[in-house]
Amino acid sequence: MIPQILLEGALTGALIGLGAIGLTLTYSILRFANFAHGELLTWGAYLSLSVAGLIGAATGAHLPPLDPFSFTWALPVAGLIAMLLTAALALAVDAVLFGRLRGRGASTIIVVMASFGASMALRSGLEFLYTSKPAYYTTELQIAMRLPAGMRATPDQLLMLGLTALVVLAVHLMLTRTGIGRAMRAVSENPALAGLVGIDTRKVIRVVWILGGALACAAGTMSGLLVQIRPYMGFDLLLPLFAAAILGGIGSVPGAMLGGLIVGICEAFAVHLIGAEWRAAVGFVLIILVLLARPSGLFGRAA
Amino acid sequence: MMLELASYGAFFLTVALTYAVIVMGLNVQWGQTGLFNVGVAGFVAVGAYVSAFLTAAPATGWLGGYGLPIWAGWGAAFLAGGLVAAAVGRLTIRLRADYLAITTFGVSVTVQLAALNLQPLTGGPFGVSQIPRPFGALAGQALSFGLANLALLAASVLVLCLVLEHLARSPWGRVLRAIREDETAAEALGKSPRRFRVEAFALGGAIMGLGGAMQAHFIGFIAPENYLPMVTFQVWAMLIVGGSGNTRGAILGAVLVWAIWAASSAVVEALAPAGEQARAAALQTVIIGVALCAILLLRPQGILREMRTVSRRIRPSATETGPSSPPDAP
Repeated sequence: MIPQILLEGALTGALIGLGAIGLTLTYSILRFANFAHGELLTWGAYLSLSVAGLIGAATGAHLPPLDPFSFTWALPVAGLIAMLLTAALALAVDAVLFGRLRGRGASTIIVVMASFGASMALRSGLEFLYTSKPAYYTTELQIAMRLPAGMRATPDQLLMLGLTALVVLAVHLMLTRTGIGRAMRAVSENPALAGLVGIDTRKVIRVVWILGGALACAAGTMSGLLVQIRPYMGFDLLLPLFAAAILGGIGSVPGAMLGGLIVGICEAFAVHLIGAEWRAAVGFVLIILVLLARPSGLFGRAA
Repeated sequence: MMLELASYGAFFLTVALTYAVIVMGLNVQWGQTGLFNVGVAGFVAVGAYVSAFLTAAPATGWLGGYGLPIWAGWGAAFLAGGLVAAAVGRLTIRLRADYLAITTFGVSVTVQLAALNLQPLTGGPFGVSQIPRPFGALAGQALSFGLANLALLAASVLVLCLVLEHLARSPWGRVLRAIREDETAAEALGKSPRRFRVEAFALGGAIMGLGGAMQAHFIGFIAPENYLPMVTFQVWAMLIVGGSGNTRGAILGAVLVWAIWAASSAVVEALAPAGEQARAAALQTVIIGVALCAILLLRPQGILREMRTVSRRIRPSATETGPSSPPDAP
């Protein structure tokens, strides 16, 4: 029983962590809590759906299924294209909204308020285009496989766990081993000083949006594959995303991932012990606990 | 026809004024003190449910329904909103501003969840109906009923407005703005920023609770879906449009945004085909979201600028050139 709850928690946790990486990077480098980040997840999921539909139509829907998974080649290809499109969307929102406010030196709160408005507009835009009815990438049913310790999981779920681990490793290596990664950490540490030593802050900000958007799209697409696609899917994940980012320590990528896993596992236990109807409060309770006990998070340094 | 129009006007203004009360609460928190509350809907819901719990008629399967008078419900709603806000404030106000935003957002999600799931206390998804309405004896005559309610709301808003403007000019209000503008300087003068912030947050939460109770009693019915984050968004739009830091701006913004909201809903209902109403409503939200962002970009100070509020002991003419003239709204 307990290993199964841990596995379910790890699955949601991996998706939350993937979304929280973008949130933690925008928070530490652009220095505001982006309430529209959940909508990048949702847009990513719907963009994957649309591109997969286009590929399906172009190939006459005769793609063989990717055994043992429930989807065809169309979905992974669509997912990659959608990651680029979501990154472009994030850059576009920054160009028309956040960038202008930043250029004017608007206070943090005005920027957060603007992100609240953008979240509303982006989400309702999807509701207008796709209606609020849930959508699915595939209607194929999958049989769960037996795993050691009495656990059960579908091949899709195992693939998602593996992919998430790979993506997180890649992002971590990028941040620690490459020049742009070092520049990002420098800007998050001290933007003024980073500018003085010749780091191109604008380029760093662009990379943050591209990375954040692409990862949000990956999380949204995976979440859509495992559960369903709804206009509110990202909005409902917002509190868990913030909880993961704060839990891990703002700015820390491994922290966001670990925070996501903790939030996911706490949610899974809450569902089993208290009931699924209280799941949405888990993120809130965790945020309060972290802020009380260790405001700088697990991996963060004291301010 | 004239009669119907007049009673619709009274109804419209009464709803707008209940929003004005909530916006005034947010103005204490954000306009005066710079506290970022993204959980307005939660505090409004607490007030509405507490008042409904105490004043509605007893019903089976529900713990509430004590049949208390409406003024007792309003008072309890004010206290409950204040207590919840004080508790949240004590926990999070020493932290960075956006942590407060995230926490208050969590408060509103949790309050809504509690309203939905604590069926014995809140009536669950079906909400509470038959909340007593002020001047219920007049309910048969639409116009006098509407006008009486409007008069009550207008009087409440006026009293609240005068009290809050007085408070803004009081030493307490000046400390709040001093902390908002320069925390270190205020601290150097021996004022505890944390204490004043918690007090302002609690007062704002109490007013929101009161506004929630007024709404509940005026409409006579509450349900969890009335308190989605959309409410928070509407109230923020009202404050930003009207001009934050300005009590009159808060009232103006409430009436104006509610007018635009109601009119655009009416247009959507009239123009969209029956099957497409939900889609059209989504489009309406897109437009409002974009409009809010546009206002933030183009005119962040709102229609009315922040009021110049200095001590009553200083003559207005002296403030024009004095060093104490307040800076622009944030």
